[in-house]
Amino acid sequence: MTFTYTGAPRPSIEDVSIDISRGEFVVVTGPSGCGKTTVCRCLNGLIPNFYSGDFSGELFVDDMNVKEHTTAEMAAHVGLVFQNPDNQLFSLSVERDVAFGPENMGLQRDETRKRVDWALDVTGMTALKDKPPYELSGGQQQRAAIAAVLAMQPKVIVLDEPTSFLDPKSALEILEVISNLNKRIGITIILVEHRLDIVSKHANRVIVMDDGKIVLDGAPRNVYGEQARLIGIGLPRVTTLFNLLRKDGLQFPRTPTTVDEAAQELRRMLSR
Amino acid sequence: MIETQGLKFAYPGSSEVLRGIDLTINDGEFVAIMGENGAGKTTLVKTFNGLLQPTAGRVTVDGVDTRESSVARLSRDVGLVFQNPDHQLFSETVREELAFSLRNFGYGEDTIGRRVTTILETLDLSRYAESSPFILSGGERKRVALAAVLVWNPKHIILDEPTIGQDYQQKDRLRNFIIQLNAQGKTVVIITHDVEFVAECRPRIILLSKGLVIGDRPADDLLSDGPLLERGSLTRPQIGELMNQLRDFGLPDRAIDVYSAEQAILEALGRKR
Amino acid sequence: MMDPRAKFILTIGIFSIALLFSNIYALIVVFLIQLPIVYAAKTWRRWASSMRAGFLLAVLIFAMNFVFGSTLVFSASMTLRFLSLMSTFSLFFMTTSPDDLGLALEQAHVPYTLSFTFTTAVRLVPTMALDAQTVIDAQRSRGLELDKGNFMKRIRNYIPILIPLIVSAIRRSIELAEALESRGFGASPNRQPLIVLEMKNTDYLVVALTFFMVAFAVYVYLFIPLPTPYIPITMPKIFPWL
Repeated sequence: MTFTYTGAPRPSIEDVSIDISRGEFVVVTGPSGCGKTTVCRCLNGLIPNFYSGDFSGELFVDDMNVKEHTTAEMAAHVGLVFQNPDNQLFSLSVERDVAFGPENMGLQRDETRKRVDWALDVTGMTALKDKPPYELSGGQQQRAAIAAVLAMQPKVIVLDEPTSFLDPKSALEILEVISNLNKRIGITIILVEHRLDIVSKHANRVIVMDDGKIVLDGAPRNVYGEQARLIGIGLPRVTTLFNLLRKDGLQFPRTPTTVDEAAQELRRMLSR
Repeated sequence: MIETQGLKFAYPGSSEVLRGIDLTINDGEFVAIMGENGAGKTTLVKTFNGLLQPTAGRVTVDGVDTRESSVARLSRDVGLVFQNPDHQLFSETVREELAFSLRNFGYGEDTIGRRVTTILETLDLSRYAESSPFILSGGERKRVALAAVLVWNPKHIILDEPTIGQDYQQKDRLRNFIIQLNAQGKTVVIITHDVEFVAECRPRIILLSKGLVIGDRPADDLLSDGPLLERGSLTRPQIGELMNQLRDFGLPDRAIDVYSAEQAILEALGRKR
Repeated sequence: MMDPRAKFILTIGIFSIALLFSNIYALIVVFLIQLPIVYAAKTWRRWASSMRAGFLLAVLIFAMNFVFGSTLVFSASMTLRFLSLMSTFSLFFMTTSPDDLGLALEQAHVPYTLSFTFTTAVRLVPTMALDAQTVIDAQRSRGLELDKGNFMKRIRNYIPILIPLIVSAIRRSIELAEALESRGFGASPNRQPLIVLEMKNTDYLVVALTFFMVAFAVYVYLFIPLPTPYIPITMPKIFPWL
């Protein structure tokens, strides 16, 4: 895919080719302006339907060709959760916001009811369903936004930096919810994030973009190397620590990407 | 020096947001105010420049009670950079935007010209001097908003959530810049919930919860206090968490940044070798 | 909670009666009838503050009538009528959430895009008010003084407030539109809202009562002459052309 926004001097994404299988948990990362958000918008059809510009290439999501369907039609197959919870929720109760998607699809009332109850349950929002969004904390709002997307039962959910505005605890909670969607319900997750330290334990694959192109693509430990560091992404601190230790002459089989892996490795080294 | 004594604040017709805060921030200190959303962080700093007046207790800035001054006068010494730059930007060019506050404060055009040019260079914004602030990217707009406050060189600078939406490199640059500002003698106060950011620059941390101060200690001290972090809805920095899990091997959980941890591990192994 | 449709019928009922009568005694009754409703709705404080807001306009109406030659009593009548109209609509909007309003419109077969636009606009008012306060705070922190300067300067001082507000509103709208599109807005023309408004017995009762109230009012208007207190005070003829 290559896409240039109308009036932009250069393409925002160039020659991007990705193949994501069902059930994967993919993290997309890269410095600001690398094209991550543009890719998100392509995935659910906002590009080329909502954002005008020059789109070349092909994109199929859940066997749907984005060029041949409206964003509304794509919505039942791929959901998109945005960064700022504020402008995604607009009803006076969580329940009504969650019902919005299914209602738009023209579903029968009892089907909508089932889906809403299910989505609220999966995201742990059942107790808060009658609350207005502005009374919720940031983390709760994002969970509500996820529920709202979930109610349309898409096979793929794309999340664009959902933890940006959240405090550390809420960020961890949200990632548990997202991981749950992937591991227990089998939804394919595409998560755009900067905070690699907290997402690495959930992801099976990391794609690094820079300047509109894909530069690295693979399992976290294979991607978090010198090249990634030079591009300027924020590697998990434990990975950076172990890279330093390696330079100090220490040896270990695999570079850890999570605290648990690092702890395990250190125990082994310190017990000898 | 910014001082509060028994500071309480409630919005009209609402319950108290600040329930009795006593703190002192000395000139040239580097402080991070942390705590969960709704703890009162932004409300607290708004009392420092007079935007909000205490409903009980008092706030003094450099000896002046904020109730006896005005926002315009207090702002000369207390520069508050708001979280969302879009709530400030309105001019046709970045240059005009930066000149705004200087005009409000009554500076002459020559001084304004000089100061604006200097701040543009300092924050690497010179190439955007004649651009419209609205076409800049999010990160650039944040820099313009920061420049718009630094341009009048306030003694104390408060940044409300400066790291939100920034990528790793931007945060790195921001951190270095803040350290530089502090080294120049400015008091720097940041409101943040970014534990990793704070772990790397180690300011004094004031932890707020439900309108009260529940912790006021140096970073490596506070960020290794598990129960306190729990009460304040914070998490340990990743390195701190690692060190904590390996306490039984003698690793210090106060090593919250990568280099201290490296040192500690090498020492621990050195003892073994 | 009362069904908004029943509330609306009640509001229109009181509205029509207020317009029907010019007699001061009738208008006093119309105004007083609303007080128990305000009490029952428990919005006394908000109602009182909206009445205070309309006070200035009420004084203006009284003055205009009196100065241009009407009697004291008539001017008072017109003022009361204005206050009743204002009060009854305030009451309606104060006690009805935008969502319920939207549902009522939808069930009245107003096109969905229209009713949604309406309720979203209403819902965004408090959000924009918060935004406005933040912008004012931010600009005051840069030395902007809104209460100083001559008239022209004060107007110009609002430019740094208006522009960020407008820009924020536009950004907010774009983000909202993206979210709507991404959740299938407009995908199907047949929407079955999950939550529907149902008229309960109390609602039907209110509608019936309104009907009788209006019928009674019309009867009184046509067949019962109402006395008018005679207070011979009019504007002294200072200006011959009045």
